[in-house]
Amino acid sequence: MEVGSVRQRVYSDKELDQAEGAAIEALKAGSQQPIPDPDQWLEEELKRNILLTTVDAMINWARRNSLWPVVCFPACCAFEFITTAASRFDISRFGMEIIRASPRQADLMITAGTLTWKMAPNVRRIYDQMPEPKWVIAMGACGISGGIFASASYAVVPGYNRIVPVDVYVPGCPPRPEALLYGIRQLQKKIAKESLAKRKA
Amino acid sequence: MALKTEPFALNIGPAHPSTHGVFRMRATLDGEVIVDVEPVFGYLHRGVEKLAEQRTYTGFIPLTDRLDYLASMSNNMAYCLAVEKLAGIKVPERAQYLRVILSELQRIASHLIAVGGFLNDCGAFMTPILYMLREREKILDLFEMASGQRLTYNFMRIGGVSQDVPEEFMPALGKFMAQMPRFIDEYEQLLKENEILIARSKGVGILPKDLAINSGASGPVLRGSGVKWDIRKADPYAIYDRFQFDIPTGIMGDSYDRYRVRVEEMRQSLRIIKQAMEQIPAGPVRAEVHHLVHPPIGEVYARIEAPKGELGFYIVSDNSIAPYRLHIRAPSLINLTALREMIIGWKIADAIIIFGSIDICMAEVDR
Amino acid sequence: MTIALPGKEIADKLAGKFPGTIIDSNPGWFTVKSESLIPVATFLKEAPEYDFKYLTYVTAVDYFDHFEVVYQLTSLECNHSVVLKTTCPRDNPVLPSVVGLWRTADYQEREIYDLMGIRFEGHPNMRRIVLWEGFPGHPLRKDFNGT
Repeated sequence: MEVGSVRQRVYSDKELDQAEGAAIEALKAGSQQPIPDPDQWLEEELKRNILLTTVDAMINWARRNSLWPVVCFPACCAFEFITTAASRFDISRFGMEIIRASPRQADLMITAGTLTWKMAPNVRRIYDQMPEPKWVIAMGACGISGGIFASASYAVVPGYNRIVPVDVYVPGCPPRPEALLYGIRQLQKKIAKESLAKRKA
Repeated sequence: MALKTEPFALNIGPAHPSTHGVFRMRATLDGEVIVDVEPVFGYLHRGVEKLAEQRTYTGFIPLTDRLDYLASMSNNMAYCLAVEKLAGIKVPERAQYLRVILSELQRIASHLIAVGGFLNDCGAFMTPILYMLREREKILDLFEMASGQRLTYNFMRIGGVSQDVPEEFMPALGKFMAQMPRFIDEYEQLLKENEILIARSKGVGILPKDLAINSGASGPVLRGSGVKWDIRKADPYAIYDRFQFDIPTGIMGDSYDRYRVRVEEMRQSLRIIKQAMEQIPAGPVRAEVHHLVHPPIGEVYARIEAPKGELGFYIVSDNSIAPYRLHIRAPSLINLTALREMIIGWKIADAIIIFGSIDICMAEVDR
Repeated sequence: MTIALPGKEIADKLAGKFPGTIIDSNPGWFTVKSESLIPVATFLKEAPEYDFKYLTYVTAVDYFDHFEVVYQLTSLECNHSVVLKTTCPRDNPVLPSVVGLWRTADYQEREIYDLMGIRFEGHPNMRRIVLWEGFPGHPLRKDFNGT
């Protein structure tokens, strides 16, 4: 069998690999500490202010009932997410009608799978491309802390909160669809308490 | 006047809705036609082989679940077979039958996703896969009855299965078996001779027989190319030599053949489960094995016919509680070897279909 | 049943055809010198009584002072298999590549290079595959120390 028939490439794969490898090493070096969870919604002023303005209530109602997730499907949790979206545990009854492939049209990232350092720059790029306001649910044990693979730390990121700020953590390996729905409900309650006055940093 | 075109590079990136996981193809295109493709993977490399050296033999079973997460029972079974072969442990009869029933149910569940995903890629946007997920939910209910989990079961143990199935399992299985053939016929009714499906997948992505053998393809990919090789018949493991079933093969090796092979395999699996249900005896479901297994010094390779192909475990043991070296012969990785030959010359839309018809699981490719 | 051909028997036959190549043999496998890997493999693939056209897997094991690379060859027509091994020293891990004989070895040899550090000469694309360029070290070696 002929191996390596003439490769017709217009790019240099070695250079691309080296550039990407350098980006991964740089991200790894810069992510030694977890990003703190966004907690402005717990601030004292908001807690005392039990009557949010009508505008805030309206906007939060609209936002939390039409969260559109973005495709971020590394591993096994992806299949529990897909079955949650399927006909038995429908998530479209909560407003998550469509799973958008393009991050520009999504506002929720449900991280369904183990994150490796090689994939980390891509996930960060997807997160950066999502427009504000955006939220992140870390799904599964691998999303929270690296899960069962955490000891192979040469390749696995110990939790998505090293790369993106996480709002809700859903434990399980993989979490049952009911657990994921509970996590989404908690996120909806969290969004209900946000205020336009205090935007997320 | 001829149009002067110039090839350009396109990255079909790791986060893509149609690439069945984090798989990346750096494609060089001339217009719409792909002239070169370079697969890049490793985005889900979690170091499972290195972890094996740090876990006990029994403690590694949950990690095998997460290899091909759509066929966890098969992965468990392959690993347990390897350790039992190495340590010379005999599995009781009832456990063997339970293992066969669960493996075949798992094969049906995995093929449902494979076929549903393939049809999704062909353009039948969500309808077939939602129907197939409905059937898969019935199978997952059966698995939940047996093991308590929906996706990564961790059910098989070295020496048998972890516990006996509850008494409502067999009647529920009987009920499922009575309904399932009708559902497969329901899928076939609209899809088997469907014009669009045939136009999009017949003759697309042909894998010739010699290339299939030379690149180590296995499972439905090899059988779709016309090679009648199924490990359950060629090298029977567990008790597969007691059952009668056929091996569907394709003719040309195109995507349509691989799809047909998977649908026919679902029917054959139903046949095997029916025979196993009739023959299953009562008895213990687990051999008396200490949970810290100390196999003798040596090495072993054991393989099974997983839904994706030939899944094998190569274990080197040095008589301690953890393997010295464990290598996983992953069918998805090796089925991808001929991807370049299958995709070059087709357009991007066809590339997605060809890739979907090989049916890989990235967690197995990268381990 | 796939018959696992005993290593000793094949080693004796090969010792006649390719003298001086067999290092070791035993009922499960036989080991050849790395220089004679390609001629022996070609013979095993082409001889009609063996017909090993299907390479099941290639993997490598780290034995502290040397590496061992294991090949399992299967014949689909005759339904038999054999395990062939070869070794290379730890300080200069270079071996000839069998990619010209069996395409299967393409990704598997790249993975062995990535995780164990053994280079295969003659491979058209010897680069890292599951880890990224610039990753320090080879993780599956016994002396790799974590992160």
